[in-house]
Amino acid sequence: MIKGTKRAVSALGSLLLFSGVAIAQEPIKLGVLEDQSGDFAAATIGKVHGIQIAAEEINAAGGIAGRPLELVIYDTQSDNTRYQEFMRRVLQRDKVDAVFAGFSSASREAYRPIVNQFDGLAFYNNQYEGGVCDANMIVTGAVPEQQFSTLIPYMMETFGKKVYTIAADYNFGQISAEWVRNIVKENGGEMVGEEFIPLGVSQFSQTIQNIQAAKPDFVVTLLVGTAQASYYEQAGSANLGLPMASSVNVGQGYEHKRFKPPSLANMFVTTNYIEEVDTPESKAFVEKWHKSFPNEPYVNQEAANSYTAVYLYKQMIERAGGSTNKDDLRKVIAEGDVCFDAPEGKVCLDPKSQHMSHTIYLAKVGEDHSISFPKVWNDIKPYWLGDAGCDLTQHDPSEQYTPSNPPKKTN
Amino acid sequence: MINFLYDLFSFVYQAGDAFAFLVLSACGLAVIFGMMGVINLAHGEFILCGAYVCSWCTRSGMPLPLSILVAAVVAGAVGMLIERVIIRPLYDRPLDTIVATWGVSMIATQGTLILLGSTMPGTGTPFGSFMVGPYSYSIYRLVLMAAAAATLAILWLAFTKTHFGILARATIQVPHMAKALGVNTSVVYSLTFGLGAALAGLAGGLYAPTMTLVPTMGSAFVVEAFVTVVIGGADVFLGTAPAAAILGIVKAGLTSWQGQLAGQIGMLIAVIIVIRILPRGISGWILRERA
Repeated sequence: MIKGTKRAVSALGSLLLFSGVAIAQEPIKLGVLEDQSGDFAAATIGKVHGIQIAAEEINAAGGIAGRPLELVIYDTQSDNTRYQEFMRRVLQRDKVDAVFAGFSSASREAYRPIVNQFDGLAFYNNQYEGGVCDANMIVTGAVPEQQFSTLIPYMMETFGKKVYTIAADYNFGQISAEWVRNIVKENGGEMVGEEFIPLGVSQFSQTIQNIQAAKPDFVVTLLVGTAQASYYEQAGSANLGLPMASSVNVGQGYEHKRFKPPSLANMFVTTNYIEEVDTPESKAFVEKWHKSFPNEPYVNQEAANSYTAVYLYKQMIERAGGSTNKDDLRKVIAEGDVCFDAPEGKVCLDPKSQHMSHTIYLAKVGEDHSISFPKVWNDIKPYWLGDAGCDLTQHDPSEQYTPSNPPKKTN
Repeated sequence: MINFLYDLFSFVYQAGDAFAFLVLSACGLAVIFGMMGVINLAHGEFILCGAYVCSWCTRSGMPLPLSILVAAVVAGAVGMLIERVIIRPLYDRPLDTIVATWGVSMIATQGTLILLGSTMPGTGTPFGSFMVGPYSYSIYRLVLMAAAAATLAILWLAFTKTHFGILARATIQVPHMAKALGVNTSVVYSLTFGLGAALAGLAGGLYAPTMTLVPTMGSAFVVEAFVTVVIGGADVFLGTAPAAAILGIVKAGLTSWQGQLAGQIGMLIAVIIVIRILPRGISGWILRERA
């Protein structure tokens, strides 16, 4: 009994000691809500690792403005309602300073109202269909004007003007397909078919036939999730043989590593980073990554974005004099020069939309599934939202806009 | 005229493909549900087990047909083990078997993720393709159709012509009488559950070369499997096969006309209609007609 009490007292003592240290330099808390299990896990586990690597580096170098960075990580299980639960939990109970969250656009739209409600700050480190004009959100992923305005004209020049789109049937696929449709039309092409595939569908025999009947010059594949990725194997074995264009494959789901060649041959993807990017910065980055996570199957675009986003966050806090207050950080963004030398090259945050500029690599998958880069576009800005009338430095509508539903012009 | 024949072939091929998928997905579930009354929510994970075992064997150099058989055997063995440890004490509590098998399903999915990682490299689809008119087709899908037909035939022979089949049917019809006549009913239950699991493993093995190998891949089969068993009713031959044929035709027809979404919707509407008209499923209706 006495022994027990003694132990308890000493435990209390050490607790006080440690909390004393903690008060001196209270950590900056970063919530991490990513899918570490479920249908999207293959593409998103790397995002968590990227954040962990960045946090480790930052803490080893003295933290952010002298404070350590602490991660609060939850597995959202590829489930939209988990995002809502955990978003409430990190903002209310864990009281994090910012949240890095979300893979699918459905999950982002599920948690975004909660971030708005508690006036939090969330980073969405994923490529998506674009259009989110929300002061509570910072988006480091690539958007259609970066991925499609480059990719589709290239494909039409190289292969022809008849286009068939197959897309995942939710907001990402629908809005991305709208972008493709508009760009094809602007460039004098023709949509010979469009098919939306419910998430989780894994059998594509009939879809492949529908594509053959429409005789397109190339197919735009906007398929999401591991079930839908079965398309490539099935199209390959039916010898469909058409060039493919995508904003999500390879760069996200590294299908060229998972499937046996040549099922992904002749796939063209615009991505802001993949591990094959052949620059010294990129090579050093991949090497560093494998030191921390030797079994990582692939360092994808989202993993690199997540890593970059931690450093952008660090820079904003330090330039705001150590404040993690959202409005102080946004004043820093409004200066227009929050930039970082990312593994892909230099990236900067755009004050109007709080989206990020990117180097866009056109990745081509070869017969043996090796990657080459026929074209690179430097410093493509996320211009569409700003041009369409979204200006977060003036006004925060907290809306998602699309080409057919742009911001209302205010005179 | 010739174009019509091309389109007709295309439709038959696609309907056959959908039929094969439904039959192979569903027959393991149908055996376990129809014979034992156990609703096995871990069905998808037996398929997962088959797919992973098959791919692993293929990549370590085994020929594909052998890998598929090994996949079925391993899934069957795992099934018998689970029957012995988890299902057997719950035969009098059918609702609890749902919860228990659901738990097995979640443990299997997450365990696979933790132990084997988020994906497994595929092995590629064998045999290449052939052309009919303007369309090219995968030869392996024909193998799948043949496998579905062969599975049904072998199951029918096993249940009607073999000693095991007679004992199994006796045990299912009047368990205590079978027991009184000296049938070791617990062995029969165990073998039947193992057979159901092996059929699921077979489906996983057959489809493994054509799909993404991930811990959640079982869920791609489960909805179709349940839907087929629900409208088929309790009998594997009089239920599952005609149910798969009806759904396959509906799905292929609507998908070629209006795309995947229409195919999915049409299939589910067909299920609602069949269940509304035939509450005991197709096999219940056929058996009543016969009586």
